[in-house]
Amino acid sequence: MEIVLVSLFNGLVYGMLLFMLASGLTLIFSMMGVLNFAHASIYMIGAYLAFTISQLIGFFPALIIAPILCALIGAGIEIWGLRRVHNNGHIAELLFTFGLVFIIQRSVQMIWGMLPMAYRVPPSLDFALFTVYGANFPAYRGFMLLVSVGMLVATWVLLKKTRVGLIIQAALTHPQMASALGHNVPRVFTIVFAGGCLLAGLAGVIGGNYQTTEPGMADAMGPIVFVVVVFGGLGSLSGCFIASILMGLIQTFAVVINTSLFDLLKPFGVTLPGDNLFTEILTVPVARIGALLPFAMMIIILLFRPRGLLGTRDT
Amino acid sequence: MSWLRLLCYSVAILGLLFSGRPVLAEDTIKLAYTDPFSGPFASGGDEFLKIFQFIIARKNAAGGALGRKFELVPFDDKLQPAEALIALKNMTDQNIPFVMHCTGSNVGSALIDGVSKHNARNPDNRILYLNCGALATELTNEQCDFWHFRFAGSVDMRAAARIKSLPADLKKVYLLNQDYLFGQSIQKDTKKWLAKLRPDIEIVGDELMPFGKVQDFSSYIAKIKASGAQSVVTGNYNRDLNLLIKAAVDAGLDVRFDTYLSHLIGGPTAIGSAGENRLSSVMEFNGNVAVDQKSAEAEKLAVDWRANHETDFSTLNFLTMIDMLTNAINKAGSTDPLKVALALEDMHVRDLVGQENIMRKEDHQLLMPFYAGVFSKDVKYDSEHTGFGWKNIMTATAADLTLPTICKMKRPE
Repeated sequence: MEIVLVSLFNGLVYGMLLFMLASGLTLIFSMMGVLNFAHASIYMIGAYLAFTISQLIGFFPALIIAPILCALIGAGIEIWGLRRVHNNGHIAELLFTFGLVFIIQRSVQMIWGMLPMAYRVPPSLDFALFTVYGANFPAYRGFMLLVSVGMLVATWVLLKKTRVGLIIQAALTHPQMASALGHNVPRVFTIVFAGGCLLAGLAGVIGGNYQTTEPGMADAMGPIVFVVVVFGGLGSLSGCFIASILMGLIQTFAVVINTSLFDLLKPFGVTLPGDNLFTEILTVPVARIGALLPFAMMIIILLFRPRGLLGTRDT
Repeated sequence: MSWLRLLCYSVAILGLLFSGRPVLAEDTIKLAYTDPFSGPFASGGDEFLKIFQFIIARKNAAGGALGRKFELVPFDDKLQPAEALIALKNMTDQNIPFVMHCTGSNVGSALIDGVSKHNARNPDNRILYLNCGALATELTNEQCDFWHFRFAGSVDMRAAARIKSLPADLKKVYLLNQDYLFGQSIQKDTKKWLAKLRPDIEIVGDELMPFGKVQDFSSYIAKIKASGAQSVVTGNYNRDLNLLIKAAVDAGLDVRFDTYLSHLIGGPTAIGSAGENRLSSVMEFNGNVAVDQKSAEAEKLAVDWRANHETDFSTLNFLTMIDMLTNAINKAGSTDPLKVALALEDMHVRDLVGQENIMRKEDHQLLMPFYAGVFSKDVKYDSEHTGFGWKNIMTATAADLTLPTICKMKRPE
């Protein structure tokens, strides 16, 4: 019971971090049709910037400034990079963002070095919020939840309840019509891309000290974010939310499950036929392959529901 | 787009300017060095390269070998066996007689095989493999080869030192390791040495976790807590170790972390005060070992290194390796790999600290000392400017770590 509760809380925190990262990606995709490979790299830049800024003027200013800087970087990428390659179709855009991953990776290594940064939780948030069966739940994780929920609400209100959101949605589905009505569609795209990068940057600020800030962090988060976006349905914000929480919970719960496929089959009278290839597959405990489960789920959903959980279009 | 064209031209011109090979000093002894300098493990390769530059500058200042200076020639193997073999081809094309390599047993295994085949086919252009950190025990057991010398303690030796250094009052341990060759090998040897040396210790958890894939360790922490373990014995490193310890501190879990590799570059910075008095590691050297062993010379080396680097000098075995190589070249009177290999066999040297190191003839494994340290404020030299350093809690000499080998070496006629 205690493990279940602890895993539930931590799965939720991790799921919300995933969501913050994945929502930016899915937003950019649904608005512009660009699958931004460099999204996790922006997350990394957010963490590094937050580290540097928090060294100079403290964590809370960094929480504001670092995402804004990330948004500016995103706007720059859109205006001077993506917009130019846009005319050559989606493959060119894909390759462009793919190349960006390496450039950002290398730049980060050149600026900050290859070692992990000593980016720590601010002292004012470094205490135990409450205790579940003797295990502390750190206040910082509560803060992460708070920030991500706040961000979720803000994004939703912006997109669904404001005039800006209306124009963004119009530019997404009917770009020519929106343009004919006098809206500057390229600028809307820039805003959307910058907004997505802002979210990634924010995720970096609060994720950088929850995990470690090092050059490998983009590689570590990149694949799982893609899984979330594909699983939730490309372009669907609510699908993305469900998928993030699901993946967060699956990954934390898988760790505590020590049963294997064989244990499930045992009551039905199945016995192991000696030592062959399948013995290994049948007897490996779920905990050992937990981190691979999201990828397995992605394959399953692609087979049976290619548009993803709540996706609205086939890609 | 004229600016773009201008940029292209200037890059091309710059490239031409720097593409020429650096002017070589007359007749140096070339030492090829292959390790990952790009990709996720680049930080390790990069650091080792700096250490070798430091060591070789020292050695050259002391006169080199046979009156010739050493020259380091780095190659990037990206931690991939295929890339390492391409690099090997490149080295032998340049007639480089020695190749050093320090990261990854998979690469080490491919290099042993590649070097052995190359030397059999090209007796007039041989190359000697000096292994400074591919640790799988198999490399000097089943896979042992005449052309391979290992100047780093095998997993087996490390596990013996690790278990010897566990505190006497420890009764329950939890094993957590990465699910790949190295982690499994650590897991196996940890259990072997626990059974041999500390039958009083109960293993309350034994787990393999996906290598580099876990983002949140809090569930592992809950499991460790539920098991009642007093210590987590782990071969994890980098992210897999840092996140584990971070999660433990966050959850308020009060256990020791008896690790194999937490002293590696970046570890102390990432862990910081979270590891105070409960994180321990087994290592080849650190500044406090020199203080402990009262070796002024070794302490000076550590201080010299600290003066120009943010990191620690922990790989004294690299220095011992270059020392032994120099001795062997001088003794053989040439850089011919066969003569040098024969001179290296059974060589006894005292390392900078004053401990005896022996290159065992049977399997070409260096018998060397290990030290265990606990992360503490109570030290003369801190680690990576964290305020904490490794306080020595155990010294295992080469004699303590002389373990049996099953190597059946094929020797050249």
